[in-house]
Amino acid sequence: MTDQQALFEYVLRLGDDALLLGHRLSEWCSHGPWLEEDLALTNVALDYIGRARRLYSYAAEVENRGRTEDDLAYLRSEREYRNLLIHELPRGNFAESITRQFLVDAYNIEFFGELSQSADPTLSFIASKSVKECQYHLRRSRHWVLMLGDGTEESHSKMQRALDDIWGYTQELFTPDELDLRMAGISIGVDVSSLQPAWHRLVEQTLEQAALVKPSDDWPIIGGRAGIHTEHLGYLLAELQYIQRSYPGLNW
Amino acid sequence: MSKDREQLFQNRIDAEQKIEPKDWMPDGYRKTLIRQISQHAHSEVIGMQPEGNWITRAPTLLRKAILLAKVQDEAGHGLYLYGAAETLNTTREEMIAALQSGKAKYSSIFNYPTLSWADVGAIGWLVDGAAIMNQIALCRTSYGPYARAMVRICKEESFHQRQGFDAMLALCRGSQEQQAMAQDALNRFWWPSLMMFGPHDADSAHSAQSVKWKIKRKTNDELRQQFVDQTVPQAEYLGLTIPDTDLKWNAETGHFDFGAIDWDEFSRVVNGGGLCNRKRLQHHIAASEAGQWVREAVHAYNKKHSEER
Repeated sequence: MTDQQALFEYVLRLGDDALLLGHRLSEWCSHGPWLEEDLALTNVALDYIGRARRLYSYAAEVENRGRTEDDLAYLRSEREYRNLLIHELPRGNFAESITRQFLVDAYNIEFFGELSQSADPTLSFIASKSVKECQYHLRRSRHWVLMLGDGTEESHSKMQRALDDIWGYTQELFTPDELDLRMAGISIGVDVSSLQPAWHRLVEQTLEQAALVKPSDDWPIIGGRAGIHTEHLGYLLAELQYIQRSYPGLNW
Repeated sequence: MSKDREQLFQNRIDAEQKIEPKDWMPDGYRKTLIRQISQHAHSEVIGMQPEGNWITRAPTLLRKAILLAKVQDEAGHGLYLYGAAETLNTTREEMIAALQSGKAKYSSIFNYPTLSWADVGAIGWLVDGAAIMNQIALCRTSYGPYARAMVRICKEESFHQRQGFDAMLALCRGSQEQQAMAQDALNRFWWPSLMMFGPHDADSAHSAQSVKWKIKRKTNDELRQQFVDQTVPQAEYLGLTIPDTDLKWNAETGHFDFGAIDWDEFSRVVNGGGLCNRKRLQHHIAASEAGQWVREAVHAYNKKHSEER
């Protein structure tokens, strides 16, 4: 793999992360627990979709084979998607969405913080913009974890259950593959294993404050970066890609 | 005494003064406004569903972002309007209860299903286009908070209308399948869009008094005509055919004449016979119910922590 191919693959997988979570968040539209929260969830969804567009456009530019952001989003299949699995999990109930969001926000703030130091100026620029978004995403999702963890018995048990069910997907966030190591080695990418202590500190402190029990680490689920997914992704892509697959090659 | 007050009130209206929340107003004025503003708010909120139906299937990332932002704007309009109605001594809870029980109405156009991507464009172009006609007139409505909410809403709605037209334009400049999709959407949404303006003036239960109170600044038929006059040339530009064989330019009046509206269809759909009436309300109720534990948790959390402070 040339450096250019490696950079393409690296940017692409970050685009996949952003698109899939943006898609899941957008599924909340008109389903929020009240109108203001509906607006807030949509806002976060828009940030993610905007990020996906910037990353895919850059990936397409690096690849330089005439593909567009939409070709990358709409015309790749399950096995070609290289996102971290946590992003593709179904939106679930509000507790599941909030728990996932908090765990991802706590990761992203570290990840994009590091990536903003990238030797690649475009990636650095995209990451700096993302960090700003992550700050308010995290402020929001962390506050929600506290409220729901320490709200009613019902909200607490829903949060604990969500945490137990999602926790297994967090180890993948800190497990670099060959491409991660290669990109970190040339100061373009991030050594994700180095992010774990800071993430753990914030997560543990928040869970403790929310009276939630941190699950054990003996259930790690890994595969997304190698294109091995949960069964949920196929349905997500079927929906996402429906028009582009049904009417190929048209302008919309 | 009360007659004097009513006369003074009418004098203020006639002098184009805005009525503000703390001012005295006739009970009928207050009730009419609550009905109209809450119905408008409910329309914004229920309208999120037919368009939201395509967010996860939008054909490009840009279209997806535009649609998502648009539906978010609708939610925001719902908020401004509930806020404006609350200045008239009602609460959002009461208004939503009335919506969910079927007592309060929302715009019947949202009881039609969105069956293709073109429907999203058609809603922006036609439904927002029709809504703007109403809303521009309402920027000058006599009740201050309503008029001010409308000014903000109009700015965003005209943006939506252009985006809808732009989505239609992309289809009309596209393949035969895309053009057919656009025509089909126009065929299904044209008449319901004309119905959005409500019954003919002669048959409108609330019109005359509302015009006198300057809640309404233009009648249903005036607005409908304005909409037709504006939209026909746009359809021509798109290369689409408006599904009305009686439609023709009338040089004498300077307006387009158009065919008879099927009011039986209108009342059938308003009264629950549309494809989506039940689904729209059930969706709204299901979301409220699914969020019940969240609202309770927030309440419990705030209570606990306010005691701590």
